[in-house]
Amino acid sequence: MVTLQKEGVMSWRRRTTGRALLGWFGWLMGVALFMYCWQQISASTTWFFVWDAPRVAEDIWSRATPPRWEYIAKLGRPIWDTLNIATLGTLIALCFAVPVAFLAARNTTPSALFIRPIALLIIVSSRSINSLIWALLLIAIIGPGVFAGIAAIAIRSIGFCAKLLYEAIEEIDETQVEAIVATGASRWQVMAYGIVPQIMPAFAGIAVFRWDINIRESTVLGLVGAGGIGLQLSASLNVLAWPQVSLILLVILAAVVLGEWVSAKIRGAII
Amino acid sequence: MVMSVDHVQNLPSHSELKYMLGRRWRKPRFIKRSWLRWLLGVGALIYLIAAVMTVEVNWSRVYEGLDRGWKFVSAFTSPDFVSRGSDIWEGMLESLIMTVTASVVGIAISIPIGLGAARNISPLPVYLICRGIVAISRALQEIIVAILLVAIFGFGPLAGFLTLSFATIGFLSKLLAEEIEAMSRVQAEAVRATGASWLQWINYGVQPQVMPRLIGLSIYRMDINFRESAILGLVGAGGIGATLNTAFDRYEYDTAAAILILIIVIVMAFEYLSGVIRARVQ
Amino acid sequence: MVRLEKLTKTYKTGDQALKAVDLDIPEGQVLALIGPSGAGKSTLIRCLNRLVEPTGGKAWLGETELTSLSQGRLRKARRRIGMIFQEYALVERLTVMENVLSGRLGYVGFWRSFLRRYPQKDVDEAFRLLDRVGLLHMADKRADELSGGQRQRVGICRALIQDPDLLLVDEPTASLDPKTSRQIMRLIVELCQERRLAAIINIHDVALAQMFVQRVIGLEFGSVVFDGAPDGLTPDVLTQIYGEEDWEATIQKDEGRSSEEVEESAW
Repeated sequence: MVTLQKEGVMSWRRRTTGRALLGWFGWLMGVALFMYCWQQISASTTWFFVWDAPRVAEDIWSRATPPRWEYIAKLGRPIWDTLNIATLGTLIALCFAVPVAFLAARNTTPSALFIRPIALLIIVSSRSINSLIWALLLIAIIGPGVFAGIAAIAIRSIGFCAKLLYEAIEEIDETQVEAIVATGASRWQVMAYGIVPQIMPAFAGIAVFRWDINIRESTVLGLVGAGGIGLQLSASLNVLAWPQVSLILLVILAAVVLGEWVSAKIRGAII
Repeated sequence: MVMSVDHVQNLPSHSELKYMLGRRWRKPRFIKRSWLRWLLGVGALIYLIAAVMTVEVNWSRVYEGLDRGWKFVSAFTSPDFVSRGSDIWEGMLESLIMTVTASVVGIAISIPIGLGAARNISPLPVYLICRGIVAISRALQEIIVAILLVAIFGFGPLAGFLTLSFATIGFLSKLLAEEIEAMSRVQAEAVRATGASWLQWINYGVQPQVMPRLIGLSIYRMDINFRESAILGLVGAGGIGATLNTAFDRYEYDTAAAILILIIVIVMAFEYLSGVIRARVQ
Repeated sequence: MVRLEKLTKTYKTGDQALKAVDLDIPEGQVLALIGPSGAGKSTLIRCLNRLVEPTGGKAWLGETELTSLSQGRLRKARRRIGMIFQEYALVERLTVMENVLSGRLGYVGFWRSFLRRYPQKDVDEAFRLLDRVGLLHMADKRADELSGGQRQRVGICRALIQDPDLLLVDEPTASLDPKTSRQIMRLIVELCQERRLAAIINIHDVALAQMFVQRVIGLEFGSVVFDGAPDGLTPDVLTQIYGEEDWEATIQKDEGRSSEEVEESAW
């Protein structure tokens, strides 16, 4: 904040002239960057298709409606697989995420110098890579199927759960732990009485939250061949069976909404 | 300095004590109704068994795969950035370009929608419309939106850009609206009391309260957009995903490892940057 | 019973929290430790059960020398030292009963404690203690549902169920209102007398200390500057411990004390 003396009148400015110029320059650079990026996108776009888009969209819509309702009979097993991928994947991920989180949290790690960086590296690698990419990789290694889907979901979720969990561990109240130590409890007893009760609500919340996300993700894993309802979606898309596609999309939408509802209910019951 | 013994005992509970002594003590159950507890427990067990039974695992295929898996892991020690260098470079650039444009456009659109979706500052019809947009955007996954947009607009980064912008709107508007709904009413009312117009009110009463969080969330969303942009290529919506897919198809693990390492490094850079910026705005 | 010999603690930052403290506490003596913030009161009692590792000197509990114990032996020694904390330090998401029973952790194995299958003798003792402090009807409540005074009583039960020889009490009343503070202090002192326990009580409130203990230690900059009966706390002594201030109002007069006693027994 500054005040300027201008023709004898004090006037108030929020910033000095230099700072203001710098700010404008920053904005200018931002706009230039955006324009450049936009031009790149524009250059690799066939604009003819884009102008044609409304007609295409209308065409697809007319083909996709009404959905082929009787096809739902064939979707039972894929839906079951999708649910299993999400649930089993989440459970496996939690089994691994808990130890990783304890190794990564500053107050519980056995060695801040060696083990903590490794745990953090596991977390960031698992988190950075989308479950679809993990699925792609696992299919190349162990072949297509539900198992690859479960493994992909599990690997992707380890980092997510471990990150949130270790942040919760770092935020616990140390005096409660100290009180348990003072009773002469062993290391594992301190864990079970001093630390675990404090992070339990966070743990439950994280598990349910991730399960909700995994329901969404497992519906599309089939696109790369990792099982679940995505397989049917991909097959229907390949033969341009739009009425089936629209039905599958409706089913996915219902699954996602249901998943969110269930997780909200469970979270409400726990907290 | 001798006090009477029963000073702190406000209840004559000795009969209660006699009753309790010698009784086993069990921790009170989390679910108190025993039939419900058993139902849930047995139900969960049956589901788990059924789920595990129906997962078909081709163990011989998995066993064969271990070898390839090991090759992939060892590829991380010698990633190949060179032999498909130009593909990697172009794909990465396209991913980043999609990230930047989609984040800018997405954030710009989510601010008004976020304002509209906050019950405490917008009228009911506007609120319902904005919440509807948010709900639709959140219910549809990126990859499905991308498939539809590719079908409509053709292959290329435009579809990816539109997908990510659309996803950004659902994410950011929802969190922004929640932030506005949780803000301090007193501060906002104080500004309104000066006779400010609606825009002035938003500018002086609301914006300062939610700005740090908005900046933090925007950077976080940019991070997510980059990670998502890496998979959009799988369905032809531009970005590094196409290159990655090709590398996997051809079993070129060293190239795939190079791409994954690049993604991890860029994500880490984003996280570092967001840490620095968040520390500065708060 | 408890003997400190040149007990020293120097923190990594170079702060000397304890400067060669010598102290002798006979069995059954309740002792108050007073002194300004940062004088080393908290460090002193934490050095005894080695929540803080002392850097020099020796400390005996009975025949056991504490500062050189291995981890396993230290756990055994900690069972004999009960500790009561300033902010109660109950595990808030566990029930009152679990908090009390956690005092037995040093005696039971991991799985027993994990499955909450404590020996009946421990359970009975927990019931008795809860009854003694008037909280038996709260046994299955969660600790975070309790008021401050109630929580501190649970903290006292947790320390006593260890069947300790020594009680370390760290600012037991700092988070409580004046009336509850007195009740808690009285309870601690009574229980110590019942069980012939030695206790070291860190306390800010000089008047409260004078009211309940037999012996007062004044600590300043990690050294003992006063050791004597509560009556010995003259304004001069307090000035030496805490610095210049008008101390007349702080020191309890005998008349004042008795009148308050009367007032209190009326509630």
